[in-house]
Amino acid sequence: MKLDLDIEKRLGSFSLRMKTDLSGERIGIFGASGSGKSTLVHTIAGLTAPDSGEIHLDGTCLFSSRKRINIAPEQRRIAIVFQQAMLFPHLGVKANLLYGYRRSRPENRKVNPEALIEVLNLQDLLNRGVNNLSGGEKQRVALGRAVLANPRLLSMDEPLSALDDSLRYQIIPYLKSVSEEFRIPYLFISHSLSEMQLMADQVLVMTNGNLTIKSTPDDLARAGMARSPRGYLNMLRLGNALFRDGLYHYPWGSGALIVSDGKTDGESLFELSSRDIILFKKNPEAISARNMLECRVADMFDSDGRKGVVLESGGSTLVAEIVRSASVELGIAPGSTMFAAVKASAFRRLG
Amino acid sequence: MNLSPQDFTAIWLSMKIAISATALSLPFGFTTAWLMVFRNFRGKVLLEVLVNLPLTLPPVVIGYFLLLFFGRNGWGGTLLKTAGIEFIFTWKAAVVASATVGFPLLVRSIRLGMESIDRQLLQASRSLGAPWYDTLATVVLPLSFRGMIAGSSLMFARSLGEFGATIIVAGNIPGVTQTIPLAIYDYASSPTGTSMALSLCAVSVTLSVAILLLHEVIGKKLEIRRSE
Repeated sequence: MKLDLDIEKRLGSFSLRMKTDLSGERIGIFGASGSGKSTLVHTIAGLTAPDSGEIHLDGTCLFSSRKRINIAPEQRRIAIVFQQAMLFPHLGVKANLLYGYRRSRPENRKVNPEALIEVLNLQDLLNRGVNNLSGGEKQRVALGRAVLANPRLLSMDEPLSALDDSLRYQIIPYLKSVSEEFRIPYLFISHSLSEMQLMADQVLVMTNGNLTIKSTPDDLARAGMARSPRGYLNMLRLGNALFRDGLYHYPWGSGALIVSDGKTDGESLFELSSRDIILFKKNPEAISARNMLECRVADMFDSDGRKGVVLESGGSTLVAEIVRSASVELGIAPGSTMFAAVKASAFRRLG
Repeated sequence: MNLSPQDFTAIWLSMKIAISATALSLPFGFTTAWLMVFRNFRGKVLLEVLVNLPLTLPPVVIGYFLLLFFGRNGWGGTLLKTAGIEFIFTWKAAVVASATVGFPLLVRSIRLGMESIDRQLLQASRSLGAPWYDTLATVVLPLSFRGMIAGSSLMFARSLGEFGATIIVAGNIPGVTQTIPLAIYDYASSPTGTSMALSLCAVSVTLSVAILLLHEVIGKKLEIRRSE
């Protein structure tokens, strides 16, 4: 997907200015609320017209103030997943799902309803009314409805913000699998860095209606490590756990991670703060922390006076955070070997 | 109860006129409400004032304007005359009088229903490939349905009671344009008509109570849906 933007839009005292070209399949738009993320999505989808400028998607002009082009939203084929599911309350689940599909041109229909219903696990909901679905179920139906419209671009406007934590991370695999399975590129809008890390390959950071940074989610998380209240969050998708002595042993790198709150069936997503990792130069042998990982220092980076240490073991990486004086005292440098201690309880299971 | 055949004709005429006025106004009421809720255009305030004017204007004044417009020398009158349609002092004139007076009530109720529709539902519909008229038919219309029923019942009740505008454009001709209120007026001005007037009053009260009850029930449902 290739999206060229050069737009200006004033809304009262707020103004949106954006000039950039994007290419990729999984693009994140990151920023605080009020930074103009939703306005941007609305202009791309054709729900609000910019005051001036141009929008091109994959070579097609969607908007041009100069050439007086403004393609109607229904012809742009950009489906939106809103923060609230926005299901049509007078229609059932099935009619909601097929709303866009029935209006799509037969030659554009590459997503088959049965396949989608299976991917999103919607079989049991089909004959229900939309008003007695839970928040997570509603959002899954909304996602299905958007994908079934066979859009060329899916734009997800804070689709997880209205859900509680546990549900949020249950929906993420659906969001990803749907776009991968049916090859639909997406814009993912969020103010959560961890959602960005899970959903996007590249991120646009918006501040006060302007594009300030174009980066990858990981670089963004690294740069913000020292300022973020919980440091850099390592996102670990772990599976095949063994349950021994009340703890879960997940294969990781060339060893295993020992986690207190895990589960033996299926995969789980864990969050580990860079501040919960203690580095040792030599193996301290006796220590209460259950994880003692022998790692190679793959890389180091600066973040506002702190040092981020990228630890590598058997191809997997973790980011630890230390103060600069510690890095000097321990003589840490890329290539050196360190021992990382992590308590089993430091891993937070997200879903 | 003491109802003469002429009273039954009046009841029947009242019903016919109220139903016709409501049915005639519904598409216009829906369009006006839609314009006022979802569209931005120049002169919106003017439309708003115009639509609500019959609510504050004395019905007699409205009747008089209608008479001028549809009368022999008015634009509407000339137009109808060339089309060969007899209008003034017929039941059709009573329908137009009732429709004009009840219109603001209809629009208000439909507006209330429409205002409770989340704009994002319309945006969702558009981005899923529906042109604006499709969105209007498949999202706005079904979601305004209860507002339309509530508005229709209110307008129907108002039409049953229409007096001032009707007597001016349609007159008070028994069997032709005499509705319940006009018949009561006749009875009230004759010294022997008290019991006859009371009977028609009872019919009037019964009809109004029934319709207002219906209106309340629908209004409650509308409220519940909005708070969901």
